[in-house]
Amino acid sequence: MKINGAQILLRALKEEGVDTIFGYPGGAVIDIFDAIARHFSEDFKFVLVRHEQAAVHAADGYARATGKPGVCLVTSGPGGTNTVTGLATAYMDSIPLVVFTGQVPTPLIGNDAFQEADIVGITRPCTKHNYLVNQVDELAHTIKEAFTIAGTGRPGPVLVDLPKDMIQAKTRFEYPSVIDIPTYRPTLKAHPPSVMRAAELIRRAKRPVIYAGGGVLTSGCHQELLTLVQMTGFPVTMTLMGLGCFPGTHPLSLGMLGMHGTYRANMAVNNSDLLLAIGARFDDRVTGKVETFARDSKIIHIDIDPTSIQKNIKVDVPIVSDARDALTQLIEALKKEGRDPESDESLKDWHAQITAWRNQQRLRFDRTTEVIKPQFVVEKLYEITQGEAIISTEVGQNQMWAAQYYLFDKPRTFLTSGGLGTMGYGFPAAIGAQIAFPDKIVIDIAGDGSIQMNIQELATVKQYDLPVKIAILNNGYLGMVRQWQERFYDNVYAHTDIMVAPDFVKLAEAYGALGLRATKTNEVEPLIIKALETPGPVIMDFVVDREEGVYPMVPAGASIKEMILV
Amino acid sequence: MEKRHVISVLVENKPGVLARVSGMFSGRAYNIHSLSVAPTLSPDVSRMTVVTYGSEAIIEQIIKQLRKLINVIKVQDLTSGDYVDREMALLRVKATAAKRADVLRIVDIFRGKIVDIATDSMIVEITGGAGKIEAMIELLQPLGILELIRTGTVALPRGRKASRPSEPSE
Repeated sequence: MKINGAQILLRALKEEGVDTIFGYPGGAVIDIFDAIARHFSEDFKFVLVRHEQAAVHAADGYARATGKPGVCLVTSGPGGTNTVTGLATAYMDSIPLVVFTGQVPTPLIGNDAFQEADIVGITRPCTKHNYLVNQVDELAHTIKEAFTIAGTGRPGPVLVDLPKDMIQAKTRFEYPSVIDIPTYRPTLKAHPPSVMRAAELIRRAKRPVIYAGGGVLTSGCHQELLTLVQMTGFPVTMTLMGLGCFPGTHPLSLGMLGMHGTYRANMAVNNSDLLLAIGARFDDRVTGKVETFARDSKIIHIDIDPTSIQKNIKVDVPIVSDARDALTQLIEALKKEGRDPESDESLKDWHAQITAWRNQQRLRFDRTTEVIKPQFVVEKLYEITQGEAIISTEVGQNQMWAAQYYLFDKPRTFLTSGGLGTMGYGFPAAIGAQIAFPDKIVIDIAGDGSIQMNIQELATVKQYDLPVKIAILNNGYLGMVRQWQERFYDNVYAHTDIMVAPDFVKLAEAYGALGLRATKTNEVEPLIIKALETPGPVIMDFVVDREEGVYPMVPAGASIKEMILV
Repeated sequence: MEKRHVISVLVENKPGVLARVSGMFSGRAYNIHSLSVAPTLSPDVSRMTVVTYGSEAIIEQIIKQLRKLINVIKVQDLTSGDYVDREMALLRVKATAAKRADVLRIVDIFRGKIVDIATDSMIVEITGGAGKIEAMIELLQPLGILELIRTGTVALPRGRKASRPSEPSE
């Protein structure tokens, strides 16, 4: 029996185990929406957002929280162009997404037709791969390729552009269960001799640090990482993307490293003699000045993407592999001949040094003020949720305070735009996570600037009755840029004052949600408790100290020695 | 140190593949000095020859980034082995009756060919390494080159033994 492209698409999604689609309708995809409503309403939860950008971020939040690829469906032209920021966000953070865009019918392509955009051309540099389907017979196979490429190797977003005549044309549906893409074969197994060299360095190290990134979460090898740490006694620092891959409350956790990392993490990395990088890519926000980064350290770099290795920093032992395979092999090698953390004098000295650094400079803020300190809000959110919430963030100070003061013990509980730094990411990402985990507490830690970038999604949470909580750290500034202006631009606050803003309590009410406001420190705790007891969506508007800064801080491009501690 | 590298890239012969390759170069601020592309014996596969300049680290990135593109089948840095490279140029040279003999003599020395002749000009075809083509251009310039087109380098590794694909990144 022949079925049309719209039905082929939806049956293929079923085959892929997709249960949720985020999207927005339009003329070019009207047949697909029609098929969803008529024939597939039982098969998928369709989440109608209020802006296509939010559809992609929500699918991204869903993917980060579950590990499954997120799926979006939007129309041609502006529907597609509105996905670009979401695609770039997911691409930078290696998040698996498959985004379907409508396209004008093939005979009209290139004619500047109504709602036409060359979305394949536009998204080529911000997708892992993309496709324009121009034969209905290739549609099913293309979808299979899209999911294969999105979800394997170093994951990433894949876009499939569907001209309207391909959606309407009919053919037989045959879906391959597995496919081989000859030009795409990621290296999953670590090269054993390289693992042996790494194991030898691990045996000899006196001042080792494990530097763990998002790749540990992608690979799902947090358990292996924990085993390795137990076997070696090595301390672990995490990137922003890696938070949750190793328990933040573990005694050997150094917290985050980099520009706003902890003093002890940055000092440890910079004084290390061995750095074991796992699924991390030596981003400029981590290294600061590359020439002075971990200068005396031997570096082992495990990454599934060969292009990440030797890109920013020269490493001694490169291992191209899935992190799980590399760690499994390492653990085996160290079982045969390892080191004993209990009787290891050099390691004891190293731990003592790290403890000294910790005691010297802890993360801290003034706890005596009546005006609310933003760090206090995050700390209270952590205490009251007992670290069990899924936290998403916007970008800027809110993001850094969340990373510093919420200790993540479990993988896939921290959703943040690390690479692209997309303001407006957190709220839709929280929607995606809440859809995946209806019973979990999901909180978007936001700033008053960022939240306004996708505030329209309040209608979405209302429509699907999602209990997403938004905690706005409201300082009336684009706070991170203001902080740079204070530090490096003589206090000239060029266009970062955003005191003209909506009343967030009334705004919540306008959308049928609950809005709550706290202006004093002693109001914070009761407000959070009330918000969490409320079944539906809540905006918590915390009016915080306007000029509080995020510290410590390593200025962009500076060495760790130039860290500002205040 | 910036060195000239000749990189041979086998790609699937599909729409948009050239854009993916050139987009990778432009997006990462790498320079394409010359690029030639045409189908191979198999109509599904094209071979590109890219000439680029860069430090060892940059060239390593270029090769890895090319391999990362889904439509790329094989990448070889020919510069790491022994290879043959050739370029073709067509030159329209001013050649009135009085000067024709001068042009012919130079073309003959370079084993070029005259492929078109008009009353006051000729089209010269020359094939060779970049150095040879530049030398001929230099000699013909005083006579007057009216138009010039070069194909960019095409290259193949010499004999099977002498060439080896640049090492995988490990």
